Amino acid sequence: MNTDPPSADQARRISIFCADWPVTTARIEAGLSDDAPIAVVTANHVVACSHAARAQGVRRGLRRREAQGRCPDLAILVRDESAEARTFEPVVAALEAIAPGVEITRPGLAAIGVRGPTRYFGGETGVLHALSRGVRGIPALGGADLLIGIADGSFAAEQAARRGVIVDPGGSPDFLNDLPIETLDPSGASPLIDLLRRLGIRTLGGFAALPARDVLARFGPTGTWAHRQAGGRDDRPLSARRPPVEFAVTLDLEPPVDRVDTITFSARGIAEEFVTDLAAHGLACTCLELQALSENGEETVRRWRHAGVLSTVDVLDRVRWQLEGWLSGAHRPTGGITRVRLVPIEAVPTGAHQGALWGGSGDEDERAARALARVQTLLGHGSVLAPVLDGGRDPGQRTRLVPWGDEPLPLRSPEQPWPGQLPAPAPSVLLDPPRPAQLLDSGRRPVRVTERGAMPGTPALFAMGGDTPVAVTSWAGPWPVDERWWSPEAARRVVRCQIVDVRGRAYLVTGTMPTDDQPPRWQVDAVYD
Amino acid sequence: MLDVAIRKPDGSSAIDWQHVGLRTAPPLPVAPALHTILPDGLRRGSTVSVAGSMSLLLALLGAASADGAWCALVGFPRISAEAAREYGVDLARLALVPEPGEGWTTAVGALLDAVDIVAARPPRSRGGLAPGDIRRLAARARSKDAVLVPYVIESAGWPGADVRLQARDGVWSGIGDGTGRLRARRVDVTAGGRGQAARTRSASLWLPADGGGVQPATSLAPVIDLAG
Repeated sequence: MNTDPPSADQARRISIFCADWPVTTARIEAGLSDDAPIAVVTANHVVACSHAARAQGVRRGLRRREAQGRCPDLAILVRDESAEARTFEPVVAALEAIAPGVEITRPGLAAIGVRGPTRYFGGETGVLHALSRGVRGIPALGGADLLIGIADGSFAAEQAARRGVIVDPGGSPDFLNDLPIETLDPSGASPLIDLLRRLGIRTLGGFAALPARDVLARFGPTGTWAHRQAGGRDDRPLSARRPPVEFAVTLDLEPPVDRVDTITFSARGIAEEFVTDLAAHGLACTCLELQALSENGEETVRRWRHAGVLSTVDVLDRVRWQLEGWLSGAHRPTGGITRVRLVPIEAVPTGAHQGALWGGSGDEDERAARALARVQTLLGHGSVLAPVLDGGRDPGQRTRLVPWGDEPLPLRSPEQPWPGQLPAPAPSVLLDPPRPAQLLDSGRRPVRVTERGAMPGTPALFAMGGDTPVAVTSWAGPWPVDERWWSPEAARRVVRCQIVDVRGRAYLVTGTMPTDDQPPRWQVDAVYD
Repeated sequence: MLDVAIRKPDGSSAIDWQHVGLRTAPPLPVAPALHTILPDGLRRGSTVSVAGSMSLLLALLGAASADGAWCALVGFPRISAEAAREYGVDLARLALVPEPGEGWTTAVGALLDAVDIVAARPPRSRGGLAPGDIRRLAARARSKDAVLVPYVIESAGWPGADVRLQARDGVWSGIGDGTGRLRARRVDVTAGGRGQAARTRSASLWLPADGGGVQPATSLAPVIDLAG
């Protein structure tokens, strides 16, 4: 092990943080003003909100409906990660103008080492001046909050940037000492944070004070990494060596490609190779350099830092973000991309972080998810869907399909009683949109529905679409449904019937209740196939 | 030196290890009601064609999916998630590709790589599939230990299927002439095919049973008039 720690100013970093970056990009795309209350949602939950929305009680993690309840004039926007990467590109370019080797954690958060530019600009103040000048000139940022911080270590620098402070050299541990333990994972999803909280550890200082050996024994490699971050030691990995260059992988594209999704698809193989090669040597990548070369010789080089350990999916996300930014930015290449190269910059020993030797059930799940992602790449987004059981009274409402990869969450709770829904068994095939149908009585007249949802006639003949009507052997209903009468657009007054025709096929049909003497309309909603 | 011992004098391997592995892969379970027609469950690597009823297809996936298998449905219109769940399908491990279009073969092939059961409805527009595609997909399923379940119209069929399941139009119960509701359907399902499945088996099933799912329909004892 190389025990020679890097000197303090090597680890010192200047970090630039754009507060509420998803909100800023979504707002720019939607063309809203910067003081409007805005929330960005993914899978029906708020992932980020603007300052105005926060002032009215909107918080991260709230459900959409709840957020709208707290702030009625809230603008709900959908998250667009590629737009986030695209809009962040000028900021990265501004950082790059000051010093090479920009490390991007995610769109909205990037850092550079301070040592080089400090000499050139004459002190840290000079660097800050240059940086603010560079950033001010970016028109795309109109009104975004941009914060800058300086500290030792990337985690401390990120925290400094979030608060907009400059931490003295060597002061990182003191600066982090009193921060709440949740700082380690603001999303609050980490089981480690939850566990630490229940153990009575509420500040980063408290966590950092634990002996490192005990933390490794109890919490494993993930815990150790968090422990190093909490103590402000995350830039001096245990073995402070750069991983050897043979772990770098290269993808050559012939013919050149200029579509991000195609390149990402092709890069899947090398991303996997990259992660497994390192894992086979007991290493996991925490910072990687991504180089792409166009056919006319232009190049983009970015460093991506990750708080935890980069997985294949994380690597591919970064490929997508970087290329999205490059191919649509001001310095876009004049030709297609011919080469993509992944170089590990920093790796940490992983201990137990390795795939199971014989491939457990988790391995199988990952394989299936990969195959589905591949089909989605082949056929386009929205071609692979996941079914979700949703709440509602109609069989059609109770099945919702979400694009594969989005979080499969119901819009309405399926557990609630939903009075008026049909009891099991459910029809197996839903018709979307419903097919028109003919329901005739014995005199071959359309079966009528009265104002109060009764059927004076008896169905005798039935046909779907324009087929020749066949005899009805049995039927049940009518069951009136008078839904959402309070809302003129969503109101629906129909009757439901179950029809079995002479061939033994069963259908769920609905007929509209008469309004203004219109003839009754029947449609097939679902088939009991 | 097992590797050496199984070589023939001319150097070629005496045993095709790929196929040895296949035969020993445990089959995927099926619902108890389907044991009469599929006594060995769904053999991995086989092609099982289903015709006549969407419910039969969902019932076929149910037990395997609940046991941890991944399922994909390719080329089907909207399937009810509720019905799938009634048959025991775990929705978290179910993926739908409703409109693969021209990429039907590619999608099914890619899914067979990693998904345990791929149910697919052949496209109707191009006048069916080329025989070569059918052979290739069957071979892909065999080499990847997946089960391919083509959903076919009875007349067309799927050439080369190991097992063919056919549901006949059933009789609904629970519904009258303006009374009651659809409760259960009694369906006769026959299984034929080749190899072990060559002998035709048939079963009478409640598909769906009262309250959802699949149950064996035990034939009732004949009513004998004892009044005399």
